[in-house]
Amino acid sequence: MARAITPQRKALNTALAWGVGLLIFFPILWTILTSFKTEAQAISDPPVFLFFDWTLENYSVVQERSDYGRFLWNSIIIAGGSTLLGILIAVPAAWSMAFVPSKRTKDILLWMLSTKMLPAVGVLYPIYLIFIKMGLLDTKLGLVIVLMLINLPIIVWMLYTYFKEIPGEILEAARMDGAGLREEVLFILTPMAIPGIASTLLLNVILAWNEAFWTLNLTAAKAAPLTAFIASYSSPEGLFYAKLSAASTMAIAPILILGWFSQKQLVSGLTFGAVK
Amino acid sequence: MGRITLDKVSKSFGDVQVIPPLDLTIEDGEFTVFVGPSGCGKSTLLRLIAGLEDVTSGQIRIDKQDATHVPPAKRGLAMVFQSYALYPHMSVRKNIAFPMKMAGIPAEEQERRIEAAARALNLTDYLDRRPGQLSGGQRQRVAIGRAIVREPSAFLFDEPLSNLDAALRVGMRLEISELHERLETTMIYVTHDQVEAMTMADKIVVLQGGVIEQVGSPLELYHSPRNKFVAGFIGSPKMNFIEGEEAAKHGAHTIGVRPEHIEVSGESGTWSGIVSVSEHLGSDTFFHVHQTGLADTITVRADGEVGFRHGDRIFMTPRADVIHRFGADGLRLA
Amino acid sequence: MSTQPQQPAQEMALGATVPKAAAQPATADHQAGTRHARTAARLMMAPAVILLLGWMLVPLTMTLYFSFKKFLPLRGGDLGWVGFDNYVRFVSSSAFWPSVQATLVIVGGVLAITVVLGVLLAILLNQPMWGRGVVRILVIAPFFVMPTVSALVWKNMFMDPVNGLLAHVWRAFGAEPLVWLTEASTQSIILIVSWQWLPFATLILLTAIQSLDREQLEAAEMDGAPPLSRFAYITLPHLSRAITVVVLIQTIFLLSIFAEIFVTTQGAFGTKTLTYLIFQRVLESQNIGLGSAGGVYAIILANIVAIFLMRIVGKNLDA
Repeated sequence: MARAITPQRKALNTALAWGVGLLIFFPILWTILTSFKTEAQAISDPPVFLFFDWTLENYSVVQERSDYGRFLWNSIIIAGGSTLLGILIAVPAAWSMAFVPSKRTKDILLWMLSTKMLPAVGVLYPIYLIFIKMGLLDTKLGLVIVLMLINLPIIVWMLYTYFKEIPGEILEAARMDGAGLREEVLFILTPMAIPGIASTLLLNVILAWNEAFWTLNLTAAKAAPLTAFIASYSSPEGLFYAKLSAASTMAIAPILILGWFSQKQLVSGLTFGAVK
Repeated sequence: MGRITLDKVSKSFGDVQVIPPLDLTIEDGEFTVFVGPSGCGKSTLLRLIAGLEDVTSGQIRIDKQDATHVPPAKRGLAMVFQSYALYPHMSVRKNIAFPMKMAGIPAEEQERRIEAAARALNLTDYLDRRPGQLSGGQRQRVAIGRAIVREPSAFLFDEPLSNLDAALRVGMRLEISELHERLETTMIYVTHDQVEAMTMADKIVVLQGGVIEQVGSPLELYHSPRNKFVAGFIGSPKMNFIEGEEAAKHGAHTIGVRPEHIEVSGESGTWSGIVSVSEHLGSDTFFHVHQTGLADTITVRADGEVGFRHGDRIFMTPRADVIHRFGADGLRLA
Repeated sequence: MSTQPQQPAQEMALGATVPKAAAQPATADHQAGTRHARTAARLMMAPAVILLLGWMLVPLTMTLYFSFKKFLPLRGGDLGWVGFDNYVRFVSSSAFWPSVQATLVIVGGVLAITVVLGVLLAILLNQPMWGRGVVRILVIAPFFVMPTVSALVWKNMFMDPVNGLLAHVWRAFGAEPLVWLTEASTQSIILIVSWQWLPFATLILLTAIQSLDREQLEAAEMDGAPPLSRFAYITLPHLSRAITVVVLIQTIFLLSIFAEIFVTTQGAFGTKTLTYLIFQRVLESQNIGLGSAGGVYAIILANIVAIFLMRIVGKNLDA
């Protein structure tokens, strides 16, 4: 910093930024607080902010009544499975595009990204039909496949940009040092790419976890993940604020925590590198 | 052993031929420098020898064995890259050990060679650091260490000093030369810096446009350049070329005179002109002389004490025995 | 050779002899590698390419196929080819133009709010302050909340006319609480969706602002430009590219918002967007032909936006 900022100015910035930050965060905070209230306190007039009888009752009620655990498990399998499968398919593709590019590499990459732009509703019925025919409707496997496919372009893209940052000379050095393709991937490429793969993993788990078009339309009772679990609260159970809040908190907490770790990758991942 | 023979080797990228078929032999134990301007194909040639590029046609032999289609790892060569290409996630020790690990050398032997290399390269205190924690010169030494421990039949250097600052460059130049004296292994060294070429090489290969312009010892190239390109490329400051009447007097289309082969005087001489810029290096002084009627600028090297200034008229006399004569085609006249 | 530094001019000067082999293409090295590596590379790329090709072509072809048919699975099934009938009917239905209007209003409203607030917020967050990291986390959080949760929380806990927090606030000021999702349904959806996407816009614009060369601002200051002019002539042009990217990416996602409407108004009270209309045609009234024709319209619309976005991304790939 070239010049000193007056403490008053900095204090003003701080107050303003914290004010805006808390305002934006407030709905989440309010949900979390409400989840610890009794139903009566949740709708008390005037609303109570912090001074209420903290209780964990809502969480156990939600778990008992709607089997939260099963939805959570479905979400984990679907988000985790689709991401892992996607990474498995994307790593070789991104590797070859980054290290053995051809004239068409750029076009292929752009085409892949463009499939991400396909509006889901435009192909809803065909997918629905294919799912019925193949017995994939309301199965975790079906959703793993669909979410893998819709996020594959982003996974390929992110891995490509990470691999691209590994200088080609290092791989050539490894080749000169006697490493074959296997050793090259095992000892050089993978260790160097692990941070990149990890953040790709993280961002895609988040995207898959929150995906709400296919998960709502392709599941019923068996394979429904948390998005559908929450949607079932839309009425009339949603009027039990404390329970709704507890359910919501449980649905968003894991991702909120993961998300805070991945905010840096979010920008390059979601803008396809157009903003750095 | 490390005798490398290129037999009609050529390289094209798509439709662009960057290296027309060429022949070259590098003898065992020789320090060979490929030198030439940017884009002359010298790095490509090195990468062909390394096996990092496929040859388009021709044959590469290493110690009489056809190595044309042998993968880089199996050629028994070691390479030091311009960017050093150290593995950032490994310690210096592991970097140096990597080629030995790949070759399946026993752990005790690995340790022994690492210690020896570290001692020779002043890296003993840094063995457990990561490359990111080292200075440019140290990284360079690690890259060399990684190359020597596998005891290759030849070392390939791709502009290894171009990322170092001037002072370090001179030091590393000496270290590499010493290394060559000690190991007596074949070394091929690519550079665009003719000073590096002159000071280090047993044999210089001057390249331009993928074509070998001349092969020879540094002094051969200095004393009898085969053509104008080599004459202008070797030597610093570069040779003065004079055409026209003055050249005709010597029976040539062009004559070349090196700046160090011209005597200066304030009173009399063969040629005269006005000093435009004088560069005082202490030991030497370079005068850039205009209005000579011979060429745009004539560069002259004089003793450090000679003190002409901008605007002074000076007289110049070339040493008759070292005037280079070239024909209209640019080739040296005997 | 592409990494070769600039030659020192003195030693390299070749007089009139221009090195003719400067023709070696700079990209040559990038396309290098041995034949073996190239074959392997193609094989490694194949699974991803084939899967995405299938994912794109199969459903797309089926949608096109259905769009030319009268197809009612629950009322007779496949009733034969009807040409462009579905396309005409979809556009001429009384629900079509209101849905286009709703879509435009929602997308436009969210874009305007997120971009304007995003720029302001990005500038604010770029100022020196205490605890910037924490504020950043607070601001980004809504983006990680799943759409069904945010829609439901807003609907019930904030916008409920009796017990909602906003109703309490209204009453505290002596005003009659709004029945948000019926009286101001579109605005409510815009509010919810803006809350979700403001973090995205802010984060990207903040990243862009941080890449602004400090010396440029200092040069402008030396040239006598007051803060507002510095913003208008330096900062805003610098952000224009990031703003374009935000607009394009958000447009693609906003055109297909679904959960927010699904759990709040179910498309009632003028919030039936094009996406939701197609969804209803396909899944609720099971008129596949008509829905597919609508789907084709949606695909075309998204592609128009996507082309502009891909241009920007493509340019960046070259750099």
